[in-house]
Amino acid sequence: MTESALAELSDSLFSVSVALYSVALVAFCAQLAFGRRTERTREVVGASASASGGVLLDDAPQAAPRPAGGTDQGNRWGAIAIGVTALGALAHTGVLVTRGMAVDRLPWGNMYEFATAVVLVAVVAYTGLALRTPNLRHIGVFVLGPVVLALVAIGLGLYTEAAPVVAALRSYWLAIHVSAAILGFGVFMVSGIASVLYLVRSRPGADAGTGFVSRLPSADVLDRLAHRTAVFGFPIWTFAVIAGAIWAEAAWGRFWGWDPKETWSFVAWVVYAAYLHARTTAGWRGRPAAWVNVVGLAVMIFNLTFVNLVSTGLHSYADVG
Amino acid sequence: MLLRWWRRLTAMRTAIILLFLLALAAVPGSLLPQRSLSRNAVTRYFADHPDLAPVLDRLYLFDVFSSPWFAAVYLLLFISLIGCVIPRALEHFRALRTPPPPAPRNLLRLPDSGRLDSPLAPAPALDAVEEELRVRRFRVVRRETARGPELSAEKGYLKETGNLLFHLSLLALLLGLAGGKLWGYEGSILVTEGQGFCNTFQQYDTYSSGPLVDSDDLSSLCVDLDQFRAEYEENLTASSFTADIRYGEPNGEDRATTIGVNDPLRIDGDRVYVTGHGFTPCFTVQIPGGSSFDDVCAPFLPTDQTTLASEGALKLPDLGAGQDDQLAIEGFFAPTGLMQGGLLTSIDPRPLAPQVAIIAYQGYLGLDSGLPQSVYSLDATQIERGRLTEVGAANLSVGETLDLPDGTQVTFSGYKEFAALQYSHDPGQLWVLGSAIALLAGLLGLLLLRRERVFARAEAAADGGGTVLSLASLTRGGGESRPRFTALSDDLRDALATAASRTAPDPEVPSRD
Ligand code: HEM
Repeated sequence: MTESALAELSDSLFSVSVALYSVALVAFCAQLAFGRRTERTREVVGASASASGGVLLDDAPQAAPRPAGGTDQGNRWGAIAIGVTALGALAHTGVLVTRGMAVDRLPWGNMYEFATAVVLVAVVAYTGLALRTPNLRHIGVFVLGPVVLALVAIGLGLYTEAAPVVAALRSYWLAIHVSAAILGFGVFMVSGIASVLYLVRSRPGADAGTGFVSRLPSADVLDRLAHRTAVFGFPIWTFAVIAGAIWAEAAWGRFWGWDPKETWSFVAWVVYAAYLHARTTAGWRGRPAAWVNVVGLAVMIFNLTFVNLVSTGLHSYADVG
Repeated sequence: MLLRWWRRLTAMRTAIILLFLLALAAVPGSLLPQRSLSRNAVTRYFADHPDLAPVLDRLYLFDVFSSPWFAAVYLLLFISLIGCVIPRALEHFRALRTPPPPAPRNLLRLPDSGRLDSPLAPAPALDAVEEELRVRRFRVVRRETARGPELSAEKGYLKETGNLLFHLSLLALLLGLAGGKLWGYEGSILVTEGQGFCNTFQQYDTYSSGPLVDSDDLSSLCVDLDQFRAEYEENLTASSFTADIRYGEPNGEDRATTIGVNDPLRIDGDRVYVTGHGFTPCFTVQIPGGSSFDDVCAPFLPTDQTTLASEGALKLPDLGAGQDDQLAIEGFFAPTGLMQGGLLTSIDPRPLAPQVAIIAYQGYLGLDSGLPQSVYSLDATQIERGRLTEVGAANLSVGETLDLPDGTQVTFSGYKEFAALQYSHDPGQLWVLGSAIALLAGLLGLLLLRRERVFARAEAAADGGGTVLSLASLTRGGGESRPRFTALSDDLRDALATAASRTAPDPEVPSRD
């Protein structure tokens, strides 16, 4: 296939993945509508109460008689939703692979490609978790919703023709630094969404009623999901920042110069460090810590959008077409 | 009183607040122009906001990262960090050499606890547990107590080591940064092909140096630029910049090498970078009836990075005649020129059809007036005052000539390329890199490892046959302890069963009652 045909295929796959994610979104909605309320039965304390591995994030999947009505239907919708999401992720991966083949380099040389990859990581991270822990399928709407919105915004606002990158980006550090940043960002995205849902779920009175809030996984599960993903993302982000500094030393003549991108990456790092501390500090546990995590995600998004689009710095390779 | 303040400063809660303050303090540094990044941007801001700018300036908002209040926040944070890390390090050091503590009195009250029954006697039962725990790399001690033999085990000391390593690396990193700022320097210079520079502050166009740099101590190195090459893709994206240079001691042997983007010259901790490039048009000036100045050149600064349209000035104060007989050329250089509506523009960064649009001035340049002048433009006040008057203008291709009224001929004789080179010295750099790697290693240990204690107590079963084991574990940090405890007790049950079958070769036979 010629390069321009590959580039066109990449663009078509972009639309395909948005469409698939939208279908999954509808299926997740259906699951939330028809699904059962999550059980809040706690496990019996004792060495013999066995929780099988791999459900660390689940409430209490076993025991607890299922309330009549809707349950199986809800579960079926959930399984369909996860399946379609996985298909979407496949098409989404195709967007990047064909783009990379079209330009014969890693497909994260500009903002369009970078943001697309970040969203893919978020989808894959969520799908992986939801496959292991069926209970997490109940939050699919709130992951896929932002994903579809983000992709539409990326497609409309950031789209850039497939093209070669400038000299400074032709370095193996592009693979190291940017891949780490994409991974970290994508994982933080899942973490931030979990914290937002935790904030909604842990509001006083959220347990009462039959609205969608009561169908979310318990506050505990959401909090743990947020923390575990942040713990996973933080060293990756730390590595991304360090690798960026090493690259900057070779490319720009100094390893740290408080360029706007550097500054905001540092701010994000500090906020996530504060989140991890808050999680283990009396008086900050729970809702305050979750807010810190949400601020962290806000900083990450600000760093991607505002810093690239508005301020000028050395990172302004990412010109938006 | 002092102690109370110290306690408060070194509390985790304070650390969180200080972390937030640090994040907040960095924000204005990215929203307002900073002198450290671009002096021009700051000057422009002053021009645009004449009332606001001086106020912001007094608050150090154009020098955020070297401001006293930014320093105050991170120094407080680091004092707080020292205050909490040092005692923890000492405690950790002690803990490494003391055995795990005795089991709590009532094991079954711990959240992760349970009972196991075994037909073995208490001592062999604990032996089996100990063996299983040692396989899992626990440190184990056995104690005899009034309530029976018991066992304490602990693992995950490395988590705490990682924690300390991480926090101490932060300190080391700051020290490295500070050292680099104090003893480091950086100089920039435009070098046209065929020219060079030596590492002294006098030669640089701009330089900055730390307060402890002694200008006599600069490493003696000279660099000459032989040739500069820029390569482009079809769509004019720059694909590579390389500079062929020679370098060495001022009077020593030269060595040749090629440097480029992402690929600086590294010698003894110093580095030489290519940070930009552009064109240096050359002119030949023929004075009527007098001498000729061949190929005098001046670098023109690119005003548009995609087409390398450039602007600059050539100043000739010493034409031999009097002070008011100086000549200057101000102009525009287009590597690939195109006339559009009577104006010369550039349409390609490659020198395919180089052209200049120049204005010639004669008069007094004001170079020795004591006021510093940019080398890339003429002093506009000299023109306003009428000391410098325009005497001709033309668009020239290579070889074409502009004739001035007094008979002087200015010929566009050609062009060379220049490279913007940067010389950097940062003695803290390797130290910072080492700290960053240690920081990451510590972080991984801290986040991925678990600190875990396991206690077991063996009591003879009430009916006299075998043992009842009480088992409990305590986990600090890192997620869910229950499933892990469940898995552990399952394994211990299996281990006990295996041990029992080993000692009692025929366990299937029910004991006589
Ligand atoms: C007064 C200053 C500080 C104190 C008292 C402090 C104390 C601690 C303690 C006790 C832990 C272990 C948490 C646990 O129980 O698992 C910890 C973990 C950590 N610290 Fe600090 N720290 C300080 C400053 C900092 C700073 C300045 C940073 C980075 C900007 C930082 C980053 C971290 C990180 C990322 C963790 C891992 C959190 C986790 O275990 O999930 N700390 N710190």
